[in-house]
Order: sequence, then structure tokens, then C-alpha cells
Amino acid sequence: MKRVVITGAGTINALGHSVAATMEAMREGRCGIGPLEFRDVERLSIQIGGQVRGFEAEGRYNRQQMSLYDRYTQFTLAAAAEAITQSGITFSGETAAKSGVVLGTAGGGVSTWDDNYRAVYEEGKNRVHPFVVPKLMNNAAASHVSMEYNLKGPSFTVSTACASSNHAMAQAFQMVRSGMAPAMLTGGSESMLCFGGVKAWEGLRVMSKDACRPFSANRNGMVQGEGAGIFVFEEYEHARARGAEILCEVAGFAMSSDAADIVMPSKNGAARAMAGALADAGVNPDQVGYINAHGTGTAANDKTECAAVADVFGPHADQLMISSTKSMHGHLIGGTGAVELLACIMALRDGVIAPTIGYEEPDPECALDVVPNEARDASVDLVLSNAFAFGGMNAVLALRKI
Amino acid sequence: MSVADKVVKIIAEQAMLETSDVSLDNSLEDIGIDSLGLVESIFAIEEEFDITIPFNANAPSNSDFDITSVAKIIQGIERLVKEQAA
Repeated sequence: MKRVVITGAGTINALGHSVAATMEAMREGRCGIGPLEFRDVERLSIQIGGQVRGFEAEGRYNRQQMSLYDRYTQFTLAAAAEAITQSGITFSGETAAKSGVVLGTAGGGVSTWDDNYRAVYEEGKNRVHPFVVPKLMNNAAASHVSMEYNLKGPSFTVSTACASSNHAMAQAFQMVRSGMAPAMLTGGSESMLCFGGVKAWEGLRVMSKDACRPFSANRNGMVQGEGAGIFVFEEYEHARARGAEILCEVAGFAMSSDAADIVMPSKNGAARAMAGALADAGVNPDQVGYINAHGTGTAANDKTECAAVADVFGPHADQLMISSTKSMHGHLIGGTGAVELLACIMALRDGVIAPTIGYEEPDPECALDVVPNEARDASVDLVLSNAFAFGGMNAVLALRKI
Repeated sequence: MSVADKVVKIIAEQAMLETSDVSLDNSLEDIGIDSLGLVESIFAIEEEFDITIPFNANAPSNSDFDITSVAKIIQGIERLVKEQAA
């Protein structure tokens, strides 16, 4: 088996338009959640979110590209450009033929659906733009990345709700580890912050009207975010041979399915995914210094996740740190694991643990070190990144300092 | 049909029971309505009466709406319907 390292990272999210800006915001415990701004927002009962601001697609993309790029694709391409630039990798010949792109998204082109339904239903139009389908499809972003960077190997999109990008990155990891691909672009993207996207979530009544406060006793639900996180996963020797800067190693992963309930999480399913990732990485639970939690800020997730951590780690659960950066950037749904991987890289490479902000009251059912409100300096060698999706589908990644 | 009758009908339908099998002192749990069923019932009631019920599925007991029994739910809805008419 090959070793797999990350040689490039890129992002755009409510905290910043780059990895450096995002990590700075995480270090400072800054909140990117605020009032939503889009058409008909006044008809929503939930009016806050982690919206990307100041992102001007016009000017960045030409007229032809704009007619093909939904906002989720725009985010993906912006993040991919940053990751590729940092990595310095180029794809040609055999490398291009074998390398591909696997991305996660839950909704794909949600605002393209929304805009065009509005046109035909509300405005009574009988004609839509010819590129509606290629713009909204869930693999559009992955396809445009492949075209932009000449990636001709295995390429597809994974959709497992809130675990989409962790499942995608696990796939990419497996392809590089097995020797199938020398490098893969991977991560995820989401952009559901439009009237129809938020209205659908409102229906479940698990959204907070004021803030995302994971693990805090007074939490009252999740807050949506949007954006993308894209990474270059590369075979270790391939990266070394070209003198690439290595951000960290991807050490292992595991996936599990609760096979139980369409929305309620299961302690057992979450625990099996975490324990599985440790076993795959060949490490003991007590080597883990930090967990980037799924930490949605809903009662159901936070209690279940903490109980699962206690099960897997035993007494070591009280020694490790676990934080939810969703408190800052919101829940990016299918893109969330990708943006949260940045907190893992920051922990391993920079020795800074991102905080859980908005933490106000201890909850006896979440009695772990959640790194409340302020980032912490700490040297950690091994971290986990959790994602537990609606539908009971879980994916956990293990990463190692290098 | 009275407010109470309409509410019982909605709850019975959600529980897949006859209305005669739903008694006012039942909790929703008693008649087999889980958290998803509760959210669906609230939705159906809101649609029926054109009201908004202050209910957060994260913390049902902290919501400003008592759901501990069928009778309490009916009382709450009667209050909301009256407020809406006022």
C-alpha cells in the first residue's frame, strides 16, 4: 500500500476566500454566521446562515462559463485553483490519464433548480435556458475541475448528505493508497442558501434562529453554511520526488451505515466509523489528540456523538480535544467535511486547535473538552474528522502529522 | 368539526389509529408517534388551522408549546387559533 499525503488545499466559505483567511478566522474564533441576503428571505422563519460574502463570480468567470457554473461549481473551481496552485502539481501524460477528481455534494445546483422553478411556476414562463441540466447536475463541479486541470482518470461525485465530502475524500484516499492513481483532487462543495434550499430545511424544525452552539446546553439547532474545500491527495513518493510541500498525511478512514433511521443518528454507527478509522490507520485510540466533530448543534447529534466518543476512547476521551467549527462557518452539508479538514490540517501542521465558539453552558451529556470559544496551542500527531449523515451514513478520516 | 375533533383526527391519522382509539390523556409516545411523526403532526395541524406553532424539534420540552398529551396539544392550538382570530 502507498502512503497518501495532502499537498494542496483550497477553500471558500463564510470565514474567508482562502485557506489562510479561513485558518486565521478559526484561530481567532471568528463567527461567519449572519443575516442571510437573497430574494424572498423575508418569507423564511430561519434568516441566518454562513453565507459567502464578497464573492464576485462576474469578472472571475466569462459569460459562457457563467451560463454553465452554478454557485456550487463556482465555489469548487475557486477552491480547486487555490489547491492546485499550492500543490504545484500539473497533469499530463500518464499522470493525467490515471489521476481524477472525486467530490461530494448533497444538493448540487440547488439555486439553479430554484431560479428555474421560479421562472416556470411563479413567473409562468414556458422556456428555460438550454444549459439548466448541465448546470444543476451533481457531477457538474467535478466535471469542470476535470476539464480545467486535464484529469482523465476516475472521476465522479458522491452524495451522502452531510457526509458527502468525507465519503468522497475516503474514495480518493483509497485510489491513491492502492496505487490506482498517483494523485486525486477531492473534497466537496455546497450552496443551498437560497429561498427553496433554506425553506426545505425549515420544515424539519431543527434549525436555530440565532446561532450554532454545538455541545452547549443552551444550543437550539443547526445553522447552514455554504462554500467548498478542495484538496490534492498525492502518493507520498510522487510528492517527494517533485519536492512538494506536504501538509499532512491521510492515515486511514472508515465508513459505516446505521441501517436504522432516516434522520436520527446512532451511537453505534458513529462509534464503528471512528473505531474503524483508527484500525485502518493502525493506531491506538490513545494516540488521537484531536477530533473535528460533526457537532451540528442539534440535541440529537451532539449527545450521540459525545456518547460514541466515550465508547471508542474510554478514559482517553477526557484527554483528547474535540471541537465543532460549524459554530463558525455553519453546516456546509455535502461540503462540510472538506472545509472542516482545514481545522485538522491546522491542528497537525500549526499546532493550533480550532475552538467551538458560542459555547455558553456545559451540558453533562457532552462532558468532553470541546475547546470552548478560544483556539488553543497544542501539539497533536493524530486527528480524526467525523461526518455523520442523514440516512445513517457515516465516514471518518484519520490524519497524521508529517 | 371542533378544533379538538380536528386535532384528534390528524393525530389518529399519523398514528394509523381510529379516532376512537386516541384518548385525551394519551401522550404522543403512548400511541406510537415518534419524533418524525411529531414534526409531521405539527405540520399537518399548522396547515389545517393556518397557524404557526412555536416548536423546535431540538428541544421539544423548551418550546413555548406543550406537547405532553393530546389534551395539552388541543389547548395550545385553541389558544393559537383564538389569537390568530383576534
